[in-house]
Amino acid sequence: MSDSTPTGSSTPAGGPAVGQDEWVARHAAARVFKSGPLASAEDRLRQVPWWAWLVLFLALFSLLPLVESSGYVRRVAFDTVLYMLLALGLNIVVGWGGLLDLGYVAFYGVGAYAYAILDSPKFGIHLPSLLVVPLVVIIGAIVGLLLGLPSRRLTGDYLAIVTLFFLQLFQTLTTNGDSAFGHNITGGPNGILNVDPFHVLGHDLAVQHQGVFAVAYLYVALGIFALVYIALRFVNRSRTGRAWRSLREDPLAAEAMGMPVSWLKLMSFSFGAAVAALTGTVFAALNASVFPLSFYFVLLIIIYTMVILGGSGSQPGVVLGAIVVSPALELLREPSKGRLLFYIVLIGGLLLMFRFSRRLGLVAGATFVLGLVLHVLASAHDHRWVAGEHAGGFAGVVGHWVVVPSHLASWIAPTTYIGLIAAVLLLTLVSGWLRLVLLVPTLYLAAFVWENVMLAKPEPARYIILGLILISLMVLRPNGLLGERRVEIV
Amino acid sequence: MSSAPAPLLELREVSLAFGGLRVVSGLDLHVDEGEIVSVIGPNGAGKTTLFNLITGIYRPDSGSITLAGDSIVGLQPHQISQRGISRTFQTLRLFLNMSVKENVMAAAYGHTRAGVFRSMLRTPGMRREEREIEALAEERLAFFGKRLMGYRWDQPAYSLSYANRRRLEIARATATNPRILLLDEPAAGMNPAETHEITELIGELRTAGGYTILVIEHDMHVVEGISDRVVALDHGVKLAEGSFESVATNAQVIEAYLGLQTAATK
Ligand SMILES: Nc1ncnc2c1ncn2[C@@H]1O[C@H](COP(=O)(O)OP(=O)(O)O)[C@@H](O)[C@H]1O
Ligand SMILES: [Mg+2]
Repeated sequence: MSDSTPTGSSTPAGGPAVGQDEWVARHAAARVFKSGPLASAEDRLRQVPWWAWLVLFLALFSLLPLVESSGYVRRVAFDTVLYMLLALGLNIVVGWGGLLDLGYVAFYGVGAYAYAILDSPKFGIHLPSLLVVPLVVIIGAIVGLLLGLPSRRLTGDYLAIVTLFFLQLFQTLTTNGDSAFGHNITGGPNGILNVDPFHVLGHDLAVQHQGVFAVAYLYVALGIFALVYIALRFVNRSRTGRAWRSLREDPLAAEAMGMPVSWLKLMSFSFGAAVAALTGTVFAALNASVFPLSFYFVLLIIIYTMVILGGSGSQPGVVLGAIVVSPALELLREPSKGRLLFYIVLIGGLLLMFRFSRRLGLVAGATFVLGLVLHVLASAHDHRWVAGEHAGGFAGVVGHWVVVPSHLASWIAPTTYIGLIAAVLLLTLVSGWLRLVLLVPTLYLAAFVWENVMLAKPEPARYIILGLILISLMVLRPNGLLGERRVEIV
Repeated sequence: MSSAPAPLLELREVSLAFGGLRVVSGLDLHVDEGEIVSVIGPNGAGKTTLFNLITGIYRPDSGSITLAGDSIVGLQPHQISQRGISRTFQTLRLFLNMSVKENVMAAAYGHTRAGVFRSMLRTPGMRREEREIEALAEERLAFFGKRLMGYRWDQPAYSLSYANRRRLEIARATATNPRILLLDEPAAGMNPAETHEITELIGELRTAGGYTILVIEHDMHVVEGISDRVVALDHGVKLAEGSFESVATNAQVIEAYLGLQTAATK
């Protein structure tokens, strides 16, 4: 018989080395036994146990507030930990269970609201944190279970629509919860205010310390993160985790191999909801208030971005996704940094497309010249055409290149925006020299739209940039930064 | 026909139609403990549908299906699996992005107990069970000699060759600790050497593994080599049943196959 062990290059007794089987086996072997210094370094890194990575990561993260004392940086770090937790929770449902849950953020909201109701002057209830947090986690798990019930026979698109409806339901209930049967439960659009901070054994965990963001919350959040991370890792390496992933891979085969698929779906829903609810308590305790609009659709998209970018299914991956996306969104709040990122993405994209070839030089040079010529023409025609606002520094360079009129006629914004989209679409249709030629005005148009239209509206602009980063990364690494390679041979 | 005291698996008057199409009609079938029964028939005869009926993926319109005397009609597929019926799929359905060993370990779900909270805390009992599951998986993979051993354990299933995927499906099916194994075309797409190996392996599954086996197979050499009894189906109706010789020489069976061939050449 043929023998497909790694060294098995001998021909089988029964005849010549046969077919695909042998070929594939040899390739697999070659992949496993690759050599070279890089491969051995990679091997050694792989041998570092997971908990060592976790300890290292926690240690570095804990040092951050010591190095950086600004309250702003601490706050961003804290938000990032919350995102890390949310991504871990979503990873249970999406990455392991393989279910498209678009209602996930509602569970976050349920957790925050439950904490606010049980720990605020709203109803005069002030339960100790050590009691209320586990209680809210259980509430979250139960709500997840209940909402999962009608959804357990649904898959794919249908599940997505139903869960999206749950998110809308949550919004409606909280927004109108100020007059539910004559009772004010959720405070309506005004939310619930003066929510208690965490208080343990009679001590309040103050949010502010001498006017600066108290570092205690960062450490509390980090501690919760570590616990959740370890617990989930253990679940993943257990019979339940294997069953979840089997369900993601092939529900029918999982069911036929003795796994109760409906129940497993419910469980993954419920566990995801519990993690989101837990995160919600930290959120509510820190912000001292909850509003319906904090749990909005955009937040859902951000968490999905983190999970997909980092590598759905991989715990370190989704954490990395949160660490990349959360600060990036913060940076993009400032127009000047957003602008920097925009041009980096633009130039980076060109580099990816052409590497360092002559064509890159041609396109870049032509675009540069086109800009200068247009700028000169515009300023010669009417100075107001180039008198638009520019922040200093980096923008000074751009300011001599992109035409930014001091007053923008109302038709220009939509026209150029739609023109840009049309130009990009056209680019995908043509090829060869035509594409290179067309690329030049398109690039300039992109810069024009960015400077004149996008910068005026930083909120959508930062999501557009995020989308661009996501698209380019997905082209490079379709399974996310740390996602497992998913290939099919045969 | 043999009248053994209590068949392990028995179907009586089982029928199923999709829309107006009668895929299985009035089918009687039984498999005794320790037997190897082959099901043959042209493409579209309803053989895979028969497996789907037995494993609970479809529910029969009428008729009864019993395992060791107990009815299994209406049970969920996972419940049927836990009662001792396991299967492979004609179109391979592995958990491609899980490791080879995890594919087999996952199938131990039905006869293991550790819950989520015990797993989170990694209690001694849970860890003992994990070790048992792992040992079970290694044992089932060792059934195929060196092919699915060693470094292969940690490779994703998608990296396996076609023949090894078929083997892994069998290993996974046996990890549910079944009493009866349903194999859907285990030799499909294999070369002659591999086909020969599969033939021997099915015999070994009975002698060494102690499984009762119901197998769908097209390759007449395989069928001849392994079967205690052969059942021929066409259009969901049983054409013939008995020893390989008697079924292979049955005029109706020959016509079913030849008729299809002449239809295909037209
Ligand atoms: N889910 C289904 N819906 C409709 N028709 C089906 C379904 N499954 C199988 N069939 C039909 O039933 C017949 C038998 O199919 P099958 O059992 O797969 O045949 P085979 O004997 O080749 O395994 C075929 O005509 C097939 O088209
Ligand atoms: Mg079939």
